[in-house]
Amino acid sequence: MGVGIEVRGLNAWYGKNQSLKSIDMTVPANHVTAVIGPSGCGKSTFVRCLNRMHETIPEARAEGSVKVGEMDVYGGGSDPVEVRRRIGMVFQKPNPFPTMSIYDNVAAGLKLNGFRHRKQMDELVERSLKLSALWEEVKDNLHKKSGASLSGGQQQRLCIARALAVEPEVLLMDEPASALDPISTSKIEELIFQLKQHYTVVIVTHNMQQAARVAELTGFFLMGSLIEYDKTEKIFTTPADKRTEDYVTGRFG
Amino acid sequence: MPASTSQKVSLWRRLTDWGATGFAVLAAILVIVPLLAIFVYLVIKGIGSVNISFLTQTPKPPGELGGGMANGIVGTGLILAVASVIGIPLGIGSGIYLAEYGRNRFGDLIRFTADVLNGVPSIVVGITVYSLIVIRQKHFSAFSGGVALGIMMIPTVARATEEMLLMVPNVIREAAYGLGIPKWRTTLSISLRTASAGVITGCMLAFARVAGETAPLLFTAFGNQFWNLKLNQPTAALSLQVYTYAISPYDDWHKQAWAGSLILIVLIVGAVAAVRITTSRGRLKGA
Repeated sequence: MGVGIEVRGLNAWYGKNQSLKSIDMTVPANHVTAVIGPSGCGKSTFVRCLNRMHETIPEARAEGSVKVGEMDVYGGGSDPVEVRRRIGMVFQKPNPFPTMSIYDNVAAGLKLNGFRHRKQMDELVERSLKLSALWEEVKDNLHKKSGASLSGGQQQRLCIARALAVEPEVLLMDEPASALDPISTSKIEELIFQLKQHYTVVIVTHNMQQAARVAELTGFFLMGSLIEYDKTEKIFTTPADKRTEDYVTGRFG
Repeated sequence: MPASTSQKVSLWRRLTDWGATGFAVLAAILVIVPLLAIFVYLVIKGIGSVNISFLTQTPKPPGELGGGMANGIVGTGLILAVASVIGIPLGIGSGIYLAEYGRNRFGDLIRFTADVLNGVPSIVVGITVYSLIVIRQKHFSAFSGGVALGIMMIPTVARATEEMLLMVPNVIREAAYGLGIPKWRTTLSISLRTASAGVITGCMLAFARVAGETAPLLFTAFGNQFWNLKLNQPTAALSLQVYTYAISPYDDWHKQAWAGSLILIVLIVGAVAAVRITTSRGRLKGA
């Protein structure tokens, strides 16, 4: 089951540049929440702060409070490795492990964290590939083909399966369809819609139609600040802030 | 006249295309020629003396015909095993450090040191090991020979490992971190595995380079006319035996030196090919 996310006073920097300015945001469990905004507004940085991926970049740091369910992400004694195990992430470009088979790609998070039960692993791999709607296309070549041999859209669904196999509570998606063709995109969107039964999904997107199609809630970021956060319908039809209206009607960005 | 212009262009393009391809083919042939020439010459000169007794017997005293270099073949294998055990793990380890943690002044220092070590004449490495190990132990040994060759392997392996790891895209590491895989695990099981083909090539280059070295073994392994399988005893090596036989005044020994050179080359090519075949066997479709 998914859990909610509570963000309070989140600030983030790249060296001396502040890229997020005191963000407050509450993401409900088992919903899809979209994060939109023009390039460089901090939306990717925002999701990367939720699972402490932000700090893997040299000279990048973040401060503030992020609670995912009961877990205090930035609390003293919290381990970034443990945080990332519980908050899955899908990246903009499909990035399967190129020298691993399809099976090993999905099982990587389990195997490399010391999970050893063969039978359970087989079940988890099958379940994850079914959840990401890739099972039928790859089930005959699980051990024979490399993850890199799949098409771009299949690779991205493989990456989603890989993230789901470690059974996270939250799934972060950083523009997961921006490198894909329309058919693959619609498959991924359909998938996101299914996933919210089991997970809380936060998706960054450049594509406003996509946000409107998949998300119940949408947050609009501009220059490192969260300008408006509301029901998706409200953001796209009657936004409260002039800047949101300008953006969603295509006047800038 | 657009049509004739386009034909002129296409003729000119065909000529330059032909010229460029021809140059590339010629360059490739010129690279292969010396290698083939050496190999063919070795076969012509050496094959006559390669026989069962050459491969199974130890050298006969001067003046007696026959005998072989079996002890040298085994000794070379022994010394190279010691060298690989030292050079490959240390080289890969420091390569990992340079690529994953070494973006700082200490890393620059190590990189510079490795490049200098790569350029140190092999005889100097031999003398250093002689004074550090042989003098202290008061005897020549296969072990000290292996240490000398191992030291020579380190910089090649380290720099190759570093270059190959740097070619692994960062998004691959991010994918692993995103799954909650710790950094050390990511480095060993994801980055190094992704770079493995190139790292293995680097190790084989280093191995092949030191396999025929003679100078560093002169006062470490020293050579031996008899069988020795102990690491702490003077040990024969093919390259040493070739050297000794080639500068001897005996015609029979000259022939054996050619045969020894041929066997050495065949063993190196065989070892590299064997590693290539075994490591490529598990490769997946589309990897």
